[in-house]
Amino acid sequence: MEVLKEEGVDTIFGFPGGVIIDINDELDKTDIRYVLVRHEQAAVHAADGYARAKGKVGVCLVTSGPGATNTVTGIASAYMDSIPVVVFTGQVPTALIGNDAFQEVDIVGITRPCTKHNYLVKDPEKLAETVREAFHLARSGRPGPVLVDLPKDVSQSKINFKMPPPPKIKSYCPHTEPHKQQLERAIKLILKAKKPVIFAGGGVILSGAYKELTKFAKKLNIPVTASLMGLGGFPGTDRLWLGMIGMHGTYRANMSTGACDLLLGIGVRFDDRVTGKIDTFAQNAKIIHIDIDPTSIQKNVPITIPIVGDCKIALKKLNKLIEKVDLQESLKSRPNWLKQIEEWKSTTPLAYEQKDVIKPQFVVEKLYELTKGKAIITTEVGQNQMWAAQYYHFDQPNHFITSGGLGCMGFGFPAAIGAQLACPKKTVIDIAGDGSIQMNIQELIVAVSNKLPVKVAILNNRYLGMVRQWQQLFYGKRYAATDIEAAPDFVKVAEAYGAVGLRATRPEEVEETIKKALATPKTVIMDFVVEREECVYPMVPAGKAITEMLLA
Amino acid sequence: MTEERKHTISLLVDNESGVLSRVAGLFSGRGFNIESLCVAETLDPEFSRITLVTRGNERIIEQINKQLNKLINVVKVTDLTETEFAEREMALVKVRAKEEHRAEILRIVDIFRCKVVDVSPAYYTVEVTGSDEKIAAILGLLKQIGIKEIARTGAIALAREAKK
Ligand SMILES: Cc1ncc(C[n+]2csc(CCOP(=O)(O)OP(=O)(O)O)c2C)c(N)n1
Ligand SMILES: [Mg+2]
Repeated sequence: MEVLKEEGVDTIFGFPGGVIIDINDELDKTDIRYVLVRHEQAAVHAADGYARAKGKVGVCLVTSGPGATNTVTGIASAYMDSIPVVVFTGQVPTALIGNDAFQEVDIVGITRPCTKHNYLVKDPEKLAETVREAFHLARSGRPGPVLVDLPKDVSQSKINFKMPPPPKIKSYCPHTEPHKQQLERAIKLILKAKKPVIFAGGGVILSGAYKELTKFAKKLNIPVTASLMGLGGFPGTDRLWLGMIGMHGTYRANMSTGACDLLLGIGVRFDDRVTGKIDTFAQNAKIIHIDIDPTSIQKNVPITIPIVGDCKIALKKLNKLIEKVDLQESLKSRPNWLKQIEEWKSTTPLAYEQKDVIKPQFVVEKLYELTKGKAIITTEVGQNQMWAAQYYHFDQPNHFITSGGLGCMGFGFPAAIGAQLACPKKTVIDIAGDGSIQMNIQELIVAVSNKLPVKVAILNNRYLGMVRQWQQLFYGKRYAATDIEAAPDFVKVAEAYGAVGLRATRPEEVEETIKKALATPKTVIMDFVVEREECVYPMVPAGKAITEMLLA
Repeated sequence: MTEERKHTISLLVDNESGVLSRVAGLFSGRGFNIESLCVAETLDPEFSRITLVTRGNERIIEQINKQLNKLINVVKVTDLTETEFAEREMALVKVRAKEEHRAEILRIVDIFRCKVVDVSPAYYTVEVTGSDEKIAAILGLLKQIGIKEIARTGAIALAREAKK
């Protein structure tokens, strides 16, 4: 407990069970807030949302066996997105481990490949030190989830407590300081480039490099695109903003990447949803890659100048390096390049047509408008996620919270609960699909009982829409297993849980519904009955180059 | 794309339970292959040394090295293939020792500087140490006489120190 306080923990998400009764009992005597979720997966997603909104480590506490296995999806999602979360799992007493005891699972074994590191604490004397290490690992370097498995006898034992010093782990020292010469080489290339593009990723958000990136891009007049995880790392309303890159990236972002002569990747990992057909990705460009994790570099694409280091520190130093340089020559070619981009933008913008039936894009645009772009947006997974990414323009970091790497349905709502707890004064909206919301809908009671004014906007197409889109485009419109017309009445569900339920079925009701929801200081579900067979465009078909987009 | 090559990688790791499975899990999870793997405690009981032999092109080997480095329990990764190093494997070979073959077996044992470590009326057990080529060679010869079973270690290796 003392260590938890020392680490600045004020909120823990969890669900109790036999082997953690002692811990919950002690926790109850502190002023740490314990948020009782209704499914352990949601506890991890909530901790994830909390961590991202607040820029702190999220914490969970669950019991052994099923409690522990239920966290695996949440942990995997946090792992893929490099989110600092510490998960405490109860375990059967050390004497019983390995005996197939009641509610025993080898959770350390199960989560080995989806945690940054994990521990089974066998010696109570090592507990405090281990907990400190866990927090240190979770938040430093490339962040990620760390699991600590606590056998019942260990958590029951009484020891003479002394706060261990900040941990030093011999075999772990993340490389935060970028190599000076590499930075200088990078600047040379950047200044020579005629058609440069910056590609920002989650690393920009995680390292808090928003200001540094914005300054750098503006000074050099370089257009910026971002991965799904990088949205908000650069102002989404700036004239240099290209929109998102990749499978559902904007036309201009993907075309610029195809045409650029220099790509500066910052805190990215060149995931396949970004690159499309890998050997065609940015094929005219030299690539500079800044990342804290050396394994990300040269993993998927060949890099001209690799720079291992913290994105914020690297950008700070790059800014410093260009301070004294005469940029005139370098900036000469820029107007032509930006004009080309402007042309792509004006000929092929993101577009949809709002007719009689509500278009999901229209709902997101209205949400953007009516929240003045200031809300924290979480998303579920599927079309809803992509429309949120395309039509809500993020001007600030830590305002877009989505399961990017794992793409985990059921993420958005518990993450919104976590984000709302982290930022009580903010408007927090989960942009949801009708399918995904049902994967953690039980958490409604958590939002209601904790009096959290979280808003859920369901883009209700009565389909598992993203899969249906693939079926429409590539499987001859055979909608196998994706029609979910059979669904609960979401308004009544909301009411049953003590939340407010609203529904809009016509375009003219959208604005009114959102306004009403935003004015209600309670948990609200908005059920937007939208066009069933709308598709997300642009779309890069699997295996194609990102410049080969389907546009409608 | 560069050619696939054999690499011998030496790891210094924390000597605690689960570390081997982290290393092995990394290889299986990321589709890297392990040709052989040997583990034992070092002089300092806090650490173990793992010698593993793998195969891959330059990019894959670079990933393997980086990914191993990233494991929290891995203290040091050395790709010995980039340096001068001494490498040994050992095999125990149980050979059918019929009357008429015994002299032949002993001659082979002598040529390859092996040892006979167990003798029974029907079988000799031969211990052979050396490079994998040497072991392959002796296995080739003994096979003609008749091998009942063998046990092999993987390679163990250390970097060579400068001669001066
Ligand atoms: C847990 C989980 N199961 C399955 C999938 C595969 N999947 C990706 S998108 C999608 C459809 C989601 O439907 P819905 O929530 O209604 O969103 P829509 O695409 O219709 O906006 C599915 C099934 C997934 N991402 N996560
Ligand atoms: Mg749907």
